[in-house]
Amino acid sequence: MDLFDIIGPVMIGPSSSHTAGAARIGLMARIILGDEVVHAEVGFHGSFAKTFHGHGTDRAIASGLMGFAVDDPRMRDALNIAEQAGMKIHFYPVAIRGAHPNTVRLSLVGAGGKTLEMEAASVGGGNIRIRKLDGLPVDFTGTENTMIVQHHDEPGVIALVTGALASDRINIATMQVYRHKLGGTAVMILELDGVPEEATIEQIRSEPGVKSVHFLHRRMG
Amino acid sequence: MTMDYTLREWVEMAGIQPLSQAALKAQMEESGSTEEEVNARMRFMLECMREAVQDGMQENLRSVSGMTGGQASKLYRRYANGHAFCGGLLGKATAYALATAESNACMGKIVAAPTAGACGVLPGAILACMEERNISEQRAVNALLTAAAVGISIATEAGIAGAEGGCQEECGAAAAMTAAALVELEDGTAGECAEAAAFAIMNLMGLVCDPVGGLVEVPCVYRNVGAVSIAFSAADMVLSGIHCPIDPDEVILAMKEVGDALPGSLRETGEGGCAGCPSVCSKQKV
Repeated sequence: MDLFDIIGPVMIGPSSSHTAGAARIGLMARIILGDEVVHAEVGFHGSFAKTFHGHGTDRAIASGLMGFAVDDPRMRDALNIAEQAGMKIHFYPVAIRGAHPNTVRLSLVGAGGKTLEMEAASVGGGNIRIRKLDGLPVDFTGTENTMIVQHHDEPGVIALVTGALASDRINIATMQVYRHKLGGTAVMILELDGVPEEATIEQIRSEPGVKSVHFLHRRMG
Repeated sequence: MTMDYTLREWVEMAGIQPLSQAALKAQMEESGSTEEEVNARMRFMLECMREAVQDGMQENLRSVSGMTGGQASKLYRRYANGHAFCGGLLGKATAYALATAESNACMGKIVAAPTAGACGVLPGAILACMEERNISEQRAVNALLTAAAVGISIATEAGIAGAEGGCQEECGAAAAMTAAALVELEDGTAGECAEAAAFAIMNLMGLVCDPVGGLVEVPCVYRNVGAVSIAFSAADMVLSGIHCPIDPDEVILAMKEVGDALPGSLRETGEGGCAGCPSVCSKQKV
């Protein structure tokens, strides 16, 4: 968090939690999916479930899923724009035990067939926390340079990733690793002090055991 | 890589410098930006705040629900005619705060400060001061840096979401940030900024989040007016030499405790408080 997370974002009203934060969650999901969204199942939990319509949370999520920024006035008409673009979105209430009151659960399908399951909370002032990725618990905000590596749980993958970053002289600020089970699917969330070269990201992507790599620029989502 | 500082830490970092300079330095270190880049970005926020006031002053502005919009121009007229009890600077600040909050309710473009629901308080006070007291843009930017630093402490030690801790964490936080900014405008010390923030929170502690129909309209837009008044009086108390008898960080932590104790019906669910009043529930026009 920095000063401009408090004074800012510049956004379309009426609610930083329900509009700007929701738009950021949608945008973040689209970036992580890495594809145009053609189908979205959107579950609203807690306060989101009770007031999403009045706050335009549904419009904000749709706006983010289409890649619009949080201060893009097209947000007001996002549901119509999504419909015209052929994006199918379905909203439903969901109860998630122990989740933040402003939590959304997204199930996305991309144009190329990629899928993404994500759970995220809008924690105030337009700030968000991603809490689940494809069933694995995570905790990151996307306000830092963030690298998300989905991989196979096997010896050496972490060393390959951190080694590639070290060769690029990129310092790792924080790192989280989660897995389903021994030898199953796993995810690494690395917050970086710099921006890796595209070649470094490509190199990591091509390593055996690595399924996907996404890089979020500071405050991009 | 983080600047989640308490008020005490901000005050220590500032030393004999204004709080804004500690905030500026921390922001430069955190983001790798130059002083000019940070200042320019804050000037852009100030410009957006000015545009939101203009947008909200339109007499024919109405929200989608029809509950709010177009009221700020009435308050401004009473101030301009010299009739307002809150005359002069405060009268203008309240009208500007309402204009900004109404622009937000009508899906206008605003600057969250710290949230959209409380977006009128800080711009109302700062823009009115700039006009009525000939405050330079750079001094206004410094005041906003101070406000943001205070907001970071509140976000870190408590929170800034009505759904979590009630409106005390939105309009209360905004009033605290504004009180500190006003003290900075009068060349107050960093410690005095923290004390003014504490006075403002004290005066808004317990404020619930009870939006009618779940919308950021009633009572939200009018609470921005109340909060800006409290910010000015909190700043005046400190600048007159009154000391806050409680440690400012403890006041924030107390607010957090109060927020945690609030029932769900008073945390942005649109059920309790004002939201539960039969007359407003059925009324959808101003």
